[in-house]
Amino acid sequence: MTGSARAATTVWALFTVLCGALVARATYTADLSAFLPRAPSAAQRLLVEQLRAGPAVHLLLLGITGGDATTRAGVSAAVAAQLRSDPAFSAVSNGDAAQLARDREVIFAHRYQLSPQMQPARFTAAGLHAALSDSLDALASPEGLLLKPLFVRDPTGETLAILDTFSSAQPPHSTAGVWSSADGSRALLLVQLRAAGSDTDAQQRACATIRRAFAAALAQLPPGTVAPRLLMTGPPLQAVEARATIRREVLRLSILSTLLIALLLLIVYRSAAALLLTLVPMMTGALAGIAAVALGFGYVHGITLAFGVTLIGEAVDYSIYLFIQRSNDFAHSVWPTVRLGMFTSICGFAALLPSGFTGLAQLGLYSIAGLIVAAAVTRFVLPGWAMGMHPLRDLNGLGLRLLRIVSVLRPARALLVLVPLAALAVLYLHRGALWSRELSALSPTPQSYARLDDQLRADAGATESGYLAIVSGADREAALTSAQALEARLSPLVDAGVIGGFDSPARYLPARALQQARQRSLPPAAELRARLDAALAGLPLRASVLEPFLHDAEQARTAAPLSEADLSGTSLAAATGALLVGGAQGWSALLPVTAIATGGELSPAAAARLQAAVSADPALHASLLDLKGEADRLYSGYLADAVRLAVIGFGAIVVLLLCVLRSPLRVARVVAPLALAVLTVGALLVGAGERLSILHVVGMLLIVAVGSNYALFFDRRGAQPQQGSAALTLASLLTANLATVLAFGVLAFSRVPVLADLGSTVAPGAFLALLFSALLAPDPHAAAGHGAR
Amino acid sequence: MSPRAALAVPLLVLALLSPAARLRAETSDPAAFAELLQLLAARQHGHVSFTEEHFFKMLERPLESSGELLYEAPDHLEKRTLAPQPETLVLDHGVVTARRGQRVRVLALRDYPQIVPFVESVRATLAGDRAALGRYFRPQFSGTLADWSLLLLPADPTVSRSVREIHITGARERIATVEISLTDGDRSVLTVGPDLAP
Repeated sequence: MTGSARAATTVWALFTVLCGALVARATYTADLSAFLPRAPSAAQRLLVEQLRAGPAVHLLLLGITGGDATTRAGVSAAVAAQLRSDPAFSAVSNGDAAQLARDREVIFAHRYQLSPQMQPARFTAAGLHAALSDSLDALASPEGLLLKPLFVRDPTGETLAILDTFSSAQPPHSTAGVWSSADGSRALLLVQLRAAGSDTDAQQRACATIRRAFAAALAQLPPGTVAPRLLMTGPPLQAVEARATIRREVLRLSILSTLLIALLLLIVYRSAAALLLTLVPMMTGALAGIAAVALGFGYVHGITLAFGVTLIGEAVDYSIYLFIQRSNDFAHSVWPTVRLGMFTSICGFAALLPSGFTGLAQLGLYSIAGLIVAAAVTRFVLPGWAMGMHPLRDLNGLGLRLLRIVSVLRPARALLVLVPLAALAVLYLHRGALWSRELSALSPTPQSYARLDDQLRADAGATESGYLAIVSGADREAALTSAQALEARLSPLVDAGVIGGFDSPARYLPARALQQARQRSLPPAAELRARLDAALAGLPLRASVLEPFLHDAEQARTAAPLSEADLSGTSLAAATGALLVGGAQGWSALLPVTAIATGGELSPAAAARLQAAVSADPALHASLLDLKGEADRLYSGYLADAVRLAVIGFGAIVVLLLCVLRSPLRVARVVAPLALAVLTVGALLVGAGERLSILHVVGMLLIVAVGSNYALFFDRRGAQPQQGSAALTLASLLTANLATVLAFGVLAFSRVPVLADLGSTVAPGAFLALLFSALLAPDPHAAAGHGAR
Repeated sequence: MSPRAALAVPLLVLALLSPAARLRAETSDPAAFAELLQLLAARQHGHVSFTEEHFFKMLERPLESSGELLYEAPDHLEKRTLAPQPETLVLDHGVVTARRGQRVRVLALRDYPQIVPFVESVRATLAGDRAALGRYFRPQFSGTLADWSLLLLPADPTVSRSVREIHITGARERIATVEISLTDGDRSVLTVGPDLAP
């Protein structure tokens, strides 16, 4: 080993240790944050806030299916009872008698603070007479069954009035005494987790607790009963499963592609030493990439490591060129081409850095650092180590065979003119279904999960119109007060039939001022007694029957305000917890708006009136969030962003090539096969029924970034035919290409859609780039005749 | 649901499903009852006026209401109360829609077992639906076809919790009175008036 080689080895060793330390100390996450963009507009920030920390991220939907209805109801009650005793859950609702009883108890006890009918006029003699007459009429109706047990304590019917405002949204169906799907075949539970949306560990524990509670309930069933099954969906589970999937996939994919590439190299090299040496730049590059991401972002996302599997396929390329092309003078004949190829790749990956999609930005940085380090190790460290190695078997034979195949195919290259025509025709035919428009396309969870989620949400009667009115305040009271002001603006829209209804946290937990105003509607005991006596004139009711009412009213006048603690364990607590969100920047009250009847969506006119009502009072600072529309806009923006980045990356590669090659013709020869490959892959994907997603677009950029390496070697042969052996160059290119195709191909079979999209684009694209480059390369014989330029 | 009730429901279902039990129940009915059920089942629709009195222990005098009853075989029943407060109650294919002033409540009967006896007793009798009657009650027939009396005793624990008995009288396919007595001593009497134009 020469002195400079020894120095290079020392630098490499120090660098590797440094990177290793950074990698070991790095923070790794695998939550869903990488799939949520850093959103630009205020409305989108609200939306992302909702997706990240909104009430929905705490909610799990449980379905119990199979067995008979009574068994399901029993299991539902047992699971609910078990979970209610666990502080990890802030609310468990299944519609069972225990829950209804607790809800009614709290509502009844605080009826004079909760009822929207509480006005001083209601407790004058005339007001009481009207209210009592009304209640007596109701007693004779089917509602009387509900009213009768409460009548002597609540003769003005406040409890039923409260229940009416609460049930503006239809509760789920009920079978055998617990909530169920409409057809009764699934029992239904809504479980709210106390853990923050970002606390995946706590979410995982909660999911495990639920499964244990279910198993315990099954164990209590009498022998021979058909045991029901547990279904579970919801953002907490999604986060847990996404993390598990990403972890599993990273491990599986990297092992699989390393094995496949090692196998490929072993077949080509027939030398374990060469194989091990080839892996050195790749491993060093991967280490450097992770270290760079840890330094640049402060944390490494799991999906980055999964994307990074592709680096395995690319970084081995450099050493493959080194070993197979067997140039006596690697530094001068092969390295300039490798270096230019590396820079074009870097141009492509650099375009990903400003991406709003954290996973992509990290992939960009990871790949740039990885490629530079892998190339540098190949150039400066590997030749020194390989000096003593046995020369590899001669691949000239393989190369010559490949050359013959290329020359046989070459006459057919005129047909390549048809490729863009055919591809454009396919794209044109599918122009309506070209792009994927769903934000969910980025979600790491499979489609079957989304279907189950839709089912259980439909069971739960979640018929949101997709509109959410939001008001904020410095503290909880301020937010509730604003919510009440907004309620007053929305109520006329319900009466006018513009919207079906809305929910508000102030219904379940009114602001203190409103509670106290309601309590003040009740006159002092003696006064109330006198007014009641007057009110009873002409009614078939003796005052003595209503003594309990007088007693309760006097108590309620001076009762302490209803607080969140009073609601604990009721479905009111669940509703408040979901609709009232506190954070460092203050509190927000969320008022979900429901559409009229079963339509599910607001007409544009209705949406406009809703928007006008929400923004009518500028002092309220209320905003209206169109969840679906905003999500679609977010994704469209995201997609447009990806297309823009891809175009910029492509442009940067062309400019770089123009600067280095200094010949528009040569640049065109390098770029043409790549553009053809991109078009063909696009047409193949669309033709196969795929809708192009962000990751497909990024994949197309990578086809250019990676494929340019191959095209540049053909360009070198055209420009400097005396350099190196044509046969060996072709053999090395095919090997390098197969390694890349293997790495991306493994990705294409991933269960995570973003990984599969990227893999299924780049794997065929890289191969086509090589094929088209070989076919479109200038004729070596003709070039040889002209000599070196 | 209490553990005892949870146990009773499957037992009851089993008993009702068992063919022997059904056979015994049917064979014990007098011939006149079977004939009455056939008469009732043959009737396709009815439209009558009604008056109803509710007796509450806590009130000094009964509450009175009146209106119209409308029936289309086999499972559409409408009770339109006109006085003292307009109110309609529609039972259609097992779904009850109650309208009172601005307020509309839609209840699936299956979801609200407590209101089932009040609706099903009348509907099943009108439809001559012996099986439906037997699901919640033990019917006891007495009298003749021209002047009959049907006493419905709760057979289901969710029913027996609130209802002591339901007593229906009539002449041939015409129902005359429906008296519902509750376990707390309150009761209501519905008296069917003359036919109205269909």
